[in-house]
This record gives sequence, structure tokens and C-alpha cells, in this order.
Amino acid sequence: MTAFEINGRRVESMSAPDTPLLWVIRDDLGLTGTKFGCGIGQCGSCTVHLDGAAVRSCQIPLSLVEGKRVTTIEGLSDNGDHPLQLAWIEEQVPQCGYCQSGQLMSAAALLRDTPRPTDDDIDNAMSGNLCRCGTYQRIRRAVHRAAGGGA
Amino acid sequence: MTPIDLNRREFVRTGLVAGAGLTLAIHLPGCARPGDGAMATTPFKPNAWLRISTDGATTVVVDKSEMGQGVLTSLPQMIMEELDGDWSMVRIEHAPVGPEYVNLAYGIQATGGSSSVRSSMQALREAGAKARAMLVSAAAQEWGVEPSACHTENGYVIETTGRRRKSYGDLAEAAAAMPVPEAVSLKDPKDFKLIGKPIKRLDLAGKVTGRAEFGIDVQEPGMLVAVVARCPTFGGSVKAYEDLAALAVPGVRHVVQIDSGIAVVADGYWPAMQGRQALEITWDRGAMAEVSSESIAATFASLAGRSGVVARDDGDAKGALSRAARRIEAEYEVPYLAHATMEPMNCAASVTADQCTVWAPTQFQSGARTVGAQITGLPEEAIEVHTTLLGGGFGRRFEQDFVMEAIQLSQEISAPVKVIWSREDDVGHDFYRPATYNRLAGGLDASGNPVAWTHRVVGPSIMTRFAAAFGPLPNGLDSTSVEGAADIPYGIPNIHCDWVQADVGVPVGFWRSVGHSQNAFISECFIDELAGAAGRDPYEFRRALLAEAPRHRGVLELAAAKAGWGTQLPAGRARGIAVAESFGSYVAEVAEVSLEDGKVRVHRVICAIDCGQHVNPDIIAAQMESGIVFGLTAALYGKISIENGSVQQGNFDDYPVLRLSEMPEVEVHIVQSTEPPGGVGEPGTPPIAPAVVNALAALTGRRVRTLPIGV
Repeated sequence: MTAFEINGRRVESMSAPDTPLLWVIRDDLGLTGTKFGCGIGQCGSCTVHLDGAAVRSCQIPLSLVEGKRVTTIEGLSDNGDHPLQLAWIEEQVPQCGYCQSGQLMSAAALLRDTPRPTDDDIDNAMSGNLCRCGTYQRIRRAVHRAAGGGA
Repeated sequence: MTPIDLNRREFVRTGLVAGAGLTLAIHLPGCARPGDGAMATTPFKPNAWLRISTDGATTVVVDKSEMGQGVLTSLPQMIMEELDGDWSMVRIEHAPVGPEYVNLAYGIQATGGSSSVRSSMQALREAGAKARAMLVSAAAQEWGVEPSACHTENGYVIETTGRRRKSYGDLAEAAAAMPVPEAVSLKDPKDFKLIGKPIKRLDLAGKVTGRAEFGIDVQEPGMLVAVVARCPTFGGSVKAYEDLAALAVPGVRHVVQIDSGIAVVADGYWPAMQGRQALEITWDRGAMAEVSSESIAATFASLAGRSGVVARDDGDAKGALSRAARRIEAEYEVPYLAHATMEPMNCAASVTADQCTVWAPTQFQSGARTVGAQITGLPEEAIEVHTTLLGGGFGRRFEQDFVMEAIQLSQEISAPVKVIWSREDDVGHDFYRPATYNRLAGGLDASGNPVAWTHRVVGPSIMTRFAAAFGPLPNGLDSTSVEGAADIPYGIPNIHCDWVQADVGVPVGFWRSVGHSQNAFISECFIDELAGAAGRDPYEFRRALLAEAPRHRGVLELAAAKAGWGTQLPAGRARGIAVAESFGSYVAEVAEVSLEDGKVRVHRVICAIDCGQHVNPDIIAAQMESGIVFGLTAALYGKISIENGSVQQGNFDDYPVLRLSEMPEVEVHIVQSTEPPGGVGEPGTPPIAPAVVNALAALTGRRVRTLPIGV
């Protein structure tokens, strides 16, 4: 059994210790906002925060999560009103929307560490999050907007 | 106020309370939550697309699949425009499968070919206008005035010279008793309040909070998860298998052979995958076991010596070529491409003795119903198809392979089951954009004007496989193989284009912009080659040949002007231009490129589109950005190669896609037009590869004729 905290709630999982955190989140806990895209840490769709750091949950075995704090897209804000979520809507970022949970979680970690990121900072933090709809230009604008820099 | 989202399960609960039945509500903008109170009823259901409740909730049923292209917003815009409804009261639902929702462009219930707005604009506007007329009649009758004494605004009928006004919700009951008008007049476009406006999308609140439900998120009581081991070789089959070790994996419930391979069914994806890895399968690799990219290229090249089915024959191209002052020849090749939607293929199904329920991220609902009936033996009416959001489609989700797996499996194990593909399954078992081999020749007269153009396309047919849905190939020609090649817009007096069918066993399908995706690259690069041979500016050369193609010429001129064509660029940068019509829209793009450490860098793309009467300019801009990134990924990186009858790529590490750090600045300009609407989901893709390749040729003097570019 592995015990950890997710979105402020203490949970226990009976899954095998080598089960990737992604599938514990999705299949055991029913939090489906975190997405499966590649399974090899290449696309960023499964990005969550582990003790505050953005990680690819498909690459984190459950055993490493014991006693830790996990935040998923469902826990990013109480009412969908994180500055990034509001900026994402203002800039009309999502198209299909599938990668956007991961994009937002990567962006949230960036802004916490670097409240006024440059374009290079955004490149470095966000280039591991793939988007097949090509929303990158709007993602960049929305991150700047959320950081208070306008569009 | 925060928009409220209902996920599917919440809605099923509230929907049942409201008596609305099992429908998928996606999102409800506005601060109220109309329609879910026990007091509200929904008496006014004037047609298949619209319902108005007594509390004013206005439900628009969207019969196209939302895969990012914005139909959950653009289709309601059209119906609400003519209804004069209150936009804040709109709620949206995905349509069930049914004959009333057939795509008028194709005669099937499907989303594709950039047809959503084009195929439904008239019907949706009429539906809104007829409902409005019924609401007006109801109010006029109650007030004892002529309908012509009333007008409508923002969800109200208003007595024009009086003081009376009544909301659509308050009129819903009475309107339901009014006759549906036979004919109705539509608004003059100058009076549009919603069509043509950058209305914010209705589907985003759920997409930024993780609450939006995609196919992979479907969970029903008792639903198991399955993964399928498929023969890596196309056309191969299972010879024998051993499942003891797989069944020993905790959480694995069943191992079942189905048509596509061996399925492992478990409590979740991870145990299912562990079980699949423990399977021992002996494959009969079949007739394709020796096929490789090299053998396919050799087959194509040898077939290029034959003449093909003629797609266009203007004048005497052969004679004009032989008499031309200069003759330019070239060979172009493009590879197979996978779709790689961000959401891997998946489908959920529950089959019982008398009912088959499918939850699918699908572009082709009536196709899902057909295969459901075929597999289960149930009548079509017993096959229910719930369309979820699609995590990308790009043509891949027009196919039924993933739907068939879920239905077969649920029937076999008598339980609801969700089939999930790994990324490797997805890349390795796609229906690929066809690889093709092309031979072109162009002739210039002594003044450098083109007098002849010939193009032979050698490649597989997509449409042959869809004969059941679309009929046999007319005159033996697959138009998707030559679109963008046979229909080049240039005023060249002698043009010949033919197609040699070369089906080599690799499955092929619709890939964003289909034949245009490769043929625009070939046609628009070869016209650049002719311009170069004539010593002329590629923009001016094209422009002079487009006198009879004003819409091509219009976007070409607009893109060139906005890009500052002909002005000085920083050292080490060059521009390239391309123009193409596809799906009823005209798009020109100018790309600015440089080489950085020997790698192509695209800095800026200026895009001009003429898509006729447009519905939502911001969604159009987003679709141009999207199509450009999709085409740029293919131009720079896209290649599926075959060895031993199997795909060599498996995931984003060897089938890379463009990253944020590589994103060019994209600027979109939309031509104001009253022409009938064109598509927007695909037309942004075709011009980008040739624009970039042409820029690269201008920069380096070297002409790329095989994609991906790979410097």
C-alpha cells in the first residue's frame, strides 16, 4: 500500500509499486484530467506536480510517491480561476484540448519559480509539452498574460 | 461568474431529472444553470438541432465531432444568429447517431473534409429562422397582433411599436403549438450579430480544468480496460499464443483473441499492458513480411514508366514540351505519415443481448453504427453511439478499427470494456498518408513563359477501401490522389496529369488535407523551379499566371503584401511563397527561414485565407496556426518507414513533432468575402511545406524534392 496526498486529500493505493503514477491517478483515483499521450516521458500530457515540481507522471512509479504531495489539473485551482486558466481562455488557447492539462501544469510550475518569464524561459519550460493542434503561439501569449505582462 | 461545466455523469443525473434523456452535455456558459432545475420543462423542440426550455435554456445539438476545429462554437453561432437567441443561454450537446444528422456533403454522419460549416450553414440557419418564426407567431397570437408587428432580439420577442416583450423561455410552450413554416427568409449578412464575429469558444472551460471528457476518460460501472497485441507486420495474423503468464498478472481478467489480435482485459491500463508483455505469440507474418521502404520506392519508380489514369488533359502537353525552348524535369517523393493525435486511439463499448452502446471519439458515427450492427447482429437502431470529445482527429478517427475492437471484445466477455492503444500501437497501426513518387516536366517558351506542364503521380488509393461508403472510383481515378496536382490554377495552355495506382499493402487513409498535403508541395515547388529557370521572381511569376484565378491571386497578393515580399531581410534569411486551394478555401503563405547550425528554422509565416463567408475569425486564425504547425511538422520531420512489412517508428522520440521552441510567429489575414463558405480545418496545411522549401531554395540554391527536408 502506498499513501500520499493528492490535491490536498490523503489517499492510499493498493496498486503494484511499479505502477506509473499516471495510471494510479487515472484508473485508481478516477481523476481523468491528467492525460496519457506517450508513456515514455516525451509528450508532457501527463504532467503533474510532485512536491511542487512539474514531473511526467507516466515516468514516476507509485513507490516514489509515498508520503509526497501530488497536484493534478483538478487541484490547480478551486474554481478554474488560476491566472493561467483565465489567460488560457482569454487567449483562446485550447483546440482539441487533450494536451492542455499538461501544458497548464508545466506553465504553473514555471510561473511559480519564474514569475516574469522571458521567451527563452518559456521555451525551456514548455518545449517538453507537445501539442498536435499547434497552439504554441497562444500558449506563449497566455503565459505572458498570466505573468502580468499582457499579451 | 465562472462558467459551469457538467461532466457526462453529472449530466446524465441532472438530465434524467429534467427528462432530457441520455445526451451528452458538454458545457454550459453563463452564470445560471438553466434547464436542470426540476421546475423547467423543454416543450419547444422545433427540429433536430434546437430545444428551448421554459427557463430559456437553449440547447443546440451539434452533429459534427469536436476535434479542436471549433464546431461546438461555430455551429451554434449559425443557428443562434437566425434564432436571435440569447448566447449566454446556449448549452451544447453532441448529437446521437441518426439519419437526421447525416452530413449533407457526404450522405453519412461524419466529420471531415473541412465540411462542417459548409455542409450545415444553410440547414442550421433555416432551423434557427424557423424556430424564431414560431416564437414570433406565438407572441403575436397572444397579443392579437400580426407577426410583422413584432421583432426579436437576444432571446425576446418584442412588439415593435408597443411595450410588450416576452422571453423565448416564456413562449416555449406556445411556440411548440405553432405550425413549422414551410419557407423562411434568412438575414441579410449585414445584419449578422454572431456570424463573422470572434465569439469565444464554448468548450474551453472544461479543457482548462481537466473536466472535459475525451474517449479515453469514459468510465461506466464495471468497465474493464483492454489492450490488444497486433501483428507488427501488415496483413499478418496469429498462428499460436500462450496466455498463462499474462493471466497470472494481478488485475488481468481475460485474454481473448479478436480479429485484430490478442486482447488482454484487466482492471486498468497498466495491468493490461503488463499482461500483454507476458503474452507469447507466434505470428504468421503473411505476404508483406519482405516489404520495405526501398522495395516500395522501387515498385513506384518502375510503375512510373506506365501511363496512368488521366486526371487532366488540356491542349497537347507532350507536343508543347517537345517544342519548348527550355524543358525542366524533376522527381518528387513524399513518405508515409502517421496522424499521431495526442489522444491515442481508444473506444468503449457495452454489448448486451439486445443493445450495443458505443462511446467513441469518432469522426464517423454512422460508420460506427454499421460495424456495430455487423459485429453484433443487432438491428442498427439497437446500436447507440455517444460521441465524446476527440483529442485530435486529422482523419484518423474516421476509421472504425478501434471501434470494432471494443465492440468485439465487449461481446466476447459480456462486460463493458474500453480499448486503449499505446502510442506505439497508434504509430505502428495507422492508416497512413500515402507515400507517392512523382515525375514532372515543364516547358518554357523563349520569353520564359510556361507553355507545358506534365505530372505523373504514382501512389496508392485511399478511396478504394471506402467504396461501400462513397462508391467505386469514378473512371478508375482516385481524386484524392491528384487533388492539388490536376487542378493547378495556373494559366498554362498545355497541362497533362495522370495517376498510376500503386497499392502495396501499407494501409492508407485520410490525413489532414489528404492529397493536397503532398500535391501542393509538389506543384508549388515545381512552379518555383519554373520561375527560377525563367529567371523570374516566384511571386510575380505566379501572379502573372493567375489572371483567370482571382481568388488564388487575391490571397497571393495579400500574403505577399503583408509579408513585405521583395523587401530586404536580415542576412541569412530568405522568403518562400506558395498558394493553394483546398476544401473550398484559398490560402497563400509566405515563410521566412534561416539555417541555424545546419537546421532549418522557420521564423515567421504570413498566411492569407479566403474562405468566403466566414463564421468565427478567431477560430479560423487558430485553424491556420494549427494547419501550419501540422504541415511544418511533416515537412521538417515526418517520415514513416517500413522494414519487414512493419513500421519502424513508434513514439515521439523517433516520430518527432514540432515543439514550442520551434514555433514560428504566425500572422493570419482573412479576406472579407460574401462567397459561399469554404473549409478551414485543413486548408492551412498544404501551402506551408512548399513555402518553406521554396524559401530554403532561395536561401541555399539547393532544391529539396523529397520530404522530410532533413538538411
